[in-house]
Amino acid sequence: MLGESALAAQKEELRRELRLDRPVVVQYGEFLLGLAKGDLGTSFRSREPVLREILRRVPATLLLSVASMVFALLIAVPLGVLSAMRQHSPVDHLCGFLAMLGLSMPNFWLGPLLILIFSIGLGLFPVSGYGTAGHLVLPALTMGTGMAAILMRMLRSSLLEEIRQDYVRAACARGLSRRDAVLRHALANSLIPVLTVMGLQFGALLSGSIITETIFSWPGIGRLTVQAIEARDYPLVQGCILFIALCTVTVNLVTDLLYSRLDPRIRYE
Amino acid sequence: MSERPPRRRFVRRVARHRAAVAGSAVVSLLLLVAALAPLIAPFDPAAQSLDAGLSGPSWSHWLGQDRLGRDLLSRLLYGARISAVVGLGTVSLSLAIGLLAGSLSGFLGGRVDHLFMRLADILLAFPGILLAIAITSVLGPSLRNVLIALSALGWVGYARLIRGQILKVRELEFVQSARAVGSPPVRLLLVHILPNAVSPVIVEATFGIARAIVAEAGLSFLGLGVQPPVPSWGAMINEGRHFLFVAPHLTTVPGLAIMITVMAFNFLGDGLRDAMDVREEIR
Repeated sequence: MLGESALAAQKEELRRELRLDRPVVVQYGEFLLGLAKGDLGTSFRSREPVLREILRRVPATLLLSVASMVFALLIAVPLGVLSAMRQHSPVDHLCGFLAMLGLSMPNFWLGPLLILIFSIGLGLFPVSGYGTAGHLVLPALTMGTGMAAILMRMLRSSLLEEIRQDYVRAACARGLSRRDAVLRHALANSLIPVLTVMGLQFGALLSGSIITETIFSWPGIGRLTVQAIEARDYPLVQGCILFIALCTVTVNLVTDLLYSRLDPRIRYE
Repeated sequence: MSERPPRRRFVRRVARHRAAVAGSAVVSLLLLVAALAPLIAPFDPAAQSLDAGLSGPSWSHWLGQDRLGRDLLSRLLYGARISAVVGLGTVSLSLAIGLLAGSLSGFLGGRVDHLFMRLADILLAFPGILLAIAITSVLGPSLRNVLIALSALGWVGYARLIRGQILKVRELEFVQSARAVGSPPVRLLLVHILPNAVSPVIVEATFGIARAIVAEAGLSFLGLGVQPPVPSWGAMINEGRHFLFVAPHLTTVPGLAIMITVMAFNFLGDGLRDAMDVREEIR
C-alpha cells in the first residue's frame, strides 16, 4: 500500500492507522463489535465504509439475480411439465439431455460462448456493461441456465409424483381432460418443492454472480468481490463474503417459513 | 432364480447403463491423458513463440496457439492433469475427513455428533464456491491451497451422508447380532457397518469429482487457482476470453473439455446410482 521505498516510520504509522499493532484477539473483538453496529470497516483502497460500497452495488446484483430466476422459471416450468406429462417419450429424453447439458456448462464458459454467438456473431446484444435491457439479457441467461436445469429436473420428478395421486384421477373421472387436471390441480402442488430448491439455490446464484459479473463487467457485488481480492482490499473482501453469506442464510430462512404458509400440512412447533 | 454374486450383478447393471458406459470411457480417457501428458503432448506446454501468437489450427498445431504462441493442444493435455489431480485429490481429502467425522458422529452420537453436525451447519451456510474464494484469497493462489479450500467445505456432504447411513445400518439385524455375539465396537464399525454404508457415498463422490473440477476451473478463471505458466482449463478460458473476436478457439476448446469431463462424471454417477438403487433390487 505504501510502495517499495516506504520508510519504517511510515510503515509504523500505517500499521497504527489500520490497528494492526493490536493483538489479533483485540482486532477480532473490535471487528465483531463493529459488525453488531453495522460497521464492516473501511476499504483500504477507496477509504470509504465497506457497507456503503456494498450497498451501492446491491441494486445491480439484485436485478441480475431476479432476471436470472425469471428466465430459469420461464424455461423450467414448461419443459418440466412437458417432460412429466410425456414421461419416457423422445421429448422427455431430449429435455433430460438439455438439463444435463445445462448442469455441466460452467458459467465461465457459457458466458463467453453467449458473447461469441449473440454479440460477436449475431450482433444482437452488447458484449458487456450495464444500463439498458439489452445489457441484462446475456448475463441473466448465463446465470439462469444452471438454475433452469436444476428446477426443471425437480419439477419433473415432483409433478410425476403428483400425477399419480388420487385427486388427479378423481379430477379426470369428473370429466376434466388429463391436461387440465395436471395444469389446474397437480402443478400447483408440485411447485412447492420447486420453490424450496429455488430458495436453496439462491445462494449458489449469488456466488455464481461473482463469475458472471466479472465476465460481463456487471457493476454488482460479485464484481466488487473480485476487484477487492485483486486489490488485496481485505476489509472489502471480508465484507462482500459476509454479505453474500448473510443474504443466503436469510433467503433460506424465508423459504423455510414460506413453506409452511404454502403447504398447510407443514407446521413448525 | 439363481442368485448371482452381488458384485457381478452390480457390474452387469452398470454395463447395461449406456450413459454410464460412455461416461466411464471418457473418464478413463481423461485419466490416461493426464498420466501420459508428457509423452503424448506434441510440444512443451510452456514453450512460447511470440510471432505465432493467436494463430488458428494448423498441421503442426492442431488446435492453434494462444497469445504467447503456446501450443493449445499440449496445454489442454497438461491441463487434464490439474483437473484430475484436483478432482481426485479434493474428493479423497474430503472423503477422508467426512468418513472420520461421519463415522464418529453416527457411531458415538451425543456430544461428538452435536459438535460435528453444528460445524457442518455453519459451513453449509456458505453458498457453493464462496468459501473456497474466501480461503484462496487469504491463503494465496496455488494448487495446494485450492485442494485445501475445496476440501474445507467438501467433507461436510460426505460426513452427513455417512452419519445417516450409519444410523440406518446399525439398526439392521446382522449388526445387532454381531453386537450380541460380542463384536467389539471398532470391529463392528469397520467390518459390519461401514462396508454396508458406502454405496451412496461412492455415488456422491463421483458427482463430487465433477463439482471439484468445475470449482477448480472457476477459481483458476478468477486467478485464484493454479498459477501460470501451469496450464489449467479454467485459466485458459480466462486468458482466451480477451481474444474472443480474433481467436474464439482459445475459449471454446478448454470449455468443451471441462463440459465433456463434467458430463462424463455426472453420467457415471447416474449409472452407479441406478445400479446401486435398493428399490430396484426389491422390484
